[in-house]
Amino acid sequence: MTTDSNSNMANGTVISDSAEAVGDVTNSPLLDLLTGFIVELRNAGLPVSLTENLDAMEAVQHIPLEDRVALKYALAATLVKNHSHWKAFEIVFDVYFSLRGEEYALDSELLDGPLEDDDEDEQSPGGEGKGEQGQGGSNSGMTPEELAEMLYNALANGDASMMRSMARESVRRYAGMEPGRPVGGTYYLYRTLRNLDLDGVLEKLMQQEQDESGETSDFEQRLQRDEYKDRIEALKKEIEAEIRRRLVADRGVEAMAKTLRKPLPEDVDFMHASREEMANLRKAIYPLTRKLAVRLARKRRRGRKGPLDFRHTIRTSLSYGGVPAEPKFRNPRPKKPEIMVIADISGSVAAFARFTLHLVYALSSQFTQVRSFVFIDGLDEVTEYFEQTDDITEAIHRVNSEADVVWVDGHSDYGHALEVFWNAYGKDVGPKTSVLILGDARNNYHAPNSWIIKDIKERARNVFWLNPEPKSYWDTGDSIIGEYSQYCDGIFEVRNLRQLESFADNLV
Amino acid sequence: MDHRFESVNEVREKLESVDYLADDAIAGIVHLSDRLEKPILIEGPAGTGKTQLAKSVAEMTGAKLIRLQCYEGLDEAKALYEWNYKKQLLRIQADRSGDSDWSELEDDIFSEEFLLTRPLLEAIRAEEPVVLLIDEVDRVEIETEALLLEILSEYQVSIPELGTVTAKQIPLVFLTSNNTRELSEALKRRCLYLHLDYPDMDREKQIVMTRVPNITDHLADQVARVVRSIRSLELKKHPSVSETIDWARTLVLLGIDKIDAQTATDTVNILLKYRTDIDKAVKDMNANADSYTGS
Ligand SMILES: Nc1ncnc2c1ncn2[C@@H]1O[C@H](COP(=O)(O)OP(=O)(O)OP(=O)(O)O)[C@@H](O)[C@H]1O
Ligand SMILES: [Mg+2]
Repeated sequence: MTTDSNSNMANGTVISDSAEAVGDVTNSPLLDLLTGFIVELRNAGLPVSLTENLDAMEAVQHIPLEDRVALKYALAATLVKNHSHWKAFEIVFDVYFSLRGEEYALDSELLDGPLEDDDEDEQSPGGEGKGEQGQGGSNSGMTPEELAEMLYNALANGDASMMRSMARESVRRYAGMEPGRPVGGTYYLYRTLRNLDLDGVLEKLMQQEQDESGETSDFEQRLQRDEYKDRIEALKKEIEAEIRRRLVADRGVEAMAKTLRKPLPEDVDFMHASREEMANLRKAIYPLTRKLAVRLARKRRRGRKGPLDFRHTIRTSLSYGGVPAEPKFRNPRPKKPEIMVIADISGSVAAFARFTLHLVYALSSQFTQVRSFVFIDGLDEVTEYFEQTDDITEAIHRVNSEADVVWVDGHSDYGHALEVFWNAYGKDVGPKTSVLILGDARNNYHAPNSWIIKDIKERARNVFWLNPEPKSYWDTGDSIIGEYSQYCDGIFEVRNLRQLESFADNLV
Repeated sequence: MDHRFESVNEVREKLESVDYLADDAIAGIVHLSDRLEKPILIEGPAGTGKTQLAKSVAEMTGAKLIRLQCYEGLDEAKALYEWNYKKQLLRIQADRSGDSDWSELEDDIFSEEFLLTRPLLEAIRAEEPVVLLIDEVDRVEIETEALLLEILSEYQVSIPELGTVTAKQIPLVFLTSNNTRELSEALKRRCLYLHLDYPDMDREKQIVMTRVPNITDHLADQVARVVRSIRSLELKKHPSVSETIDWARTLVLLGIDKIDAQTATDTVNILLKYRTDIDKAVKDMNANADSYTGS
């Protein structure tokens, strides 16, 4: 929250005109707006309770309504109790509270002109001319070169308010937005950025820096480059915000909010996570694995006392004249938690496997007694890859390059992989061991060898199977999950963090 | 009812006067906590000023800071109150002669005199203004959180033998968590929530300026920039604000007024703890500037 770039640049931004004029929130248009806002948060998946809803309504009465930044943080403080929901909150907030009245109604004169071909050069006099006729703003009369120049200076000086107005002007001029056109914001962003050539601008900024300050070391240049990159990022954010505002003005708040809705990190499907979603997943997984590990290991908790320590009690009683006033207990000997994770890393679950390895890593960084195995049609132990390094990427790299998991053709063979496990490590499975198997049980029609699961089950404390496939696909085609599940203590569809958490919750 | 602060800005300024640099989110939530009489739950990475915020708020309001440090195994007797068992026993022994009857004796030994007050009860009973800091609440088991709920929503403590103790004044309450586990919904519902992340470059520079005596503007600026660049790397643990401050102090002590790649390499172990992280950062700092082109 605190690194939010908006907070540096948000001066002068006000919420919608209608809300501004009203003092009492209980019967104002702001109330409607807030109600809609909270409905949308819930639609986006945020668990807003009734209490929190009321808190938010009360909170806004204590801040000046024209202060958009204060409004944002007051709503966040009362409505968002999980940091992984911050992004979703921010999008909904921007949609609901960024409109700044008339100024943002799409200018029909500007937009009714002939449809520009995508490949047409927007810097041609035609495109510009329309810009000039548009709004009478002070920037409208500029040539593309002048705009580029001003943008360059704004970036060079880190002038936030100038950057904001340049962002606005660039969108107006280059995005080619038209009322009612069913095109996503990314398209407009792409069109705008294509005309700004920010990579080129960065190089030019660096060049100028060098010309001015003479001999600078690589190190200083590096720091300066990071600074400019940061400013360019801020500019891009402004451009995105501007596009969003205009889309909201055109399509209305609710429609826009719906378009922008994305799954929360805990609802992102492991199998189809984008790179960015995966990064968010990784952050969210740590607290969850702790819960999972604790539950799996079911370590003895506080409150249970060990057997009475007779001698200690007597010794202490001496200070009470021989009355055993303070019974002393031995510390309970905590059971060493033991977890064995056996994970399919074959092609059919490749995306899931990426996630699985993070899960293994997080588990083993918290508990020493975690052993991990990966398989395709062969199986190998990878425990030490995770123990020997702090670096998850290195561990994953070793799993992918060193682990001996291919036996014949590198297509899943659960039957054979289980056989390898049983022969080599079966003896290590004991009554304190929880076994966690992760995979889709798509066995390419090989022999299942499900007796092994049965034997593991007999020896282990419990055996759980987590399957990343939707339940409706189970036991279709070459999936033989049913064959294995009869011997497990439980079998769960786990395609997202929410399901993983509910698995952990149900382990009590 | 009286408010401690008139505006968000007043909070920010007062915090600054005790050397704590708040951003909009921080100042906003402290202001709101006072108005709504709700505790603040602060989550975030280590060393980002969570604990310090509670301390600074206590300092700036002239309130007494009462701190409950949480740990695995914390229980009612350590958090709320405990009967002084030994003293009660001695009292009973002294009474062996048997001239008072049991119910009289019972009333006697379950009175104030035999009560040991722990931080939560202490905060509730205080006459003077109090800031209550419940530090690292994620360390207690989820079941133990229940002990806190009554205080957090009613500002009172029920003692079966004595009745309910209600706060004379509503304390400002801060809970911190490093997010090693999810806190219960019940707890979160009662609190305002703040995620305290690393500060942006400008604020970190200001923090360095206020916390490190005799540092030049130029050096503070460089420190903040280097730290920002290091935080952009993918590391096991990023430098915290306290590590930034330690690093800046060291540089001042060493009489350095300008950081170059060599100085940074020699001292980066103050910022980073893990070998692999240090190696990554050193490699990055000594890379030729050209290798960043277009990345
Ligand atoms: N905004 C700030 N203004 C001034 N100093 C700050 C600020 N944030 C952090 N600091 C400095 O950083 C130090 C570390 O902060 P603190 O101990 O509060 O971190 P924390 O978030 O509680 O960390 P942990 O999770 O490890 O307990 C403080 O002693 C203070 O010197
Ligand atoms: Mg702390």
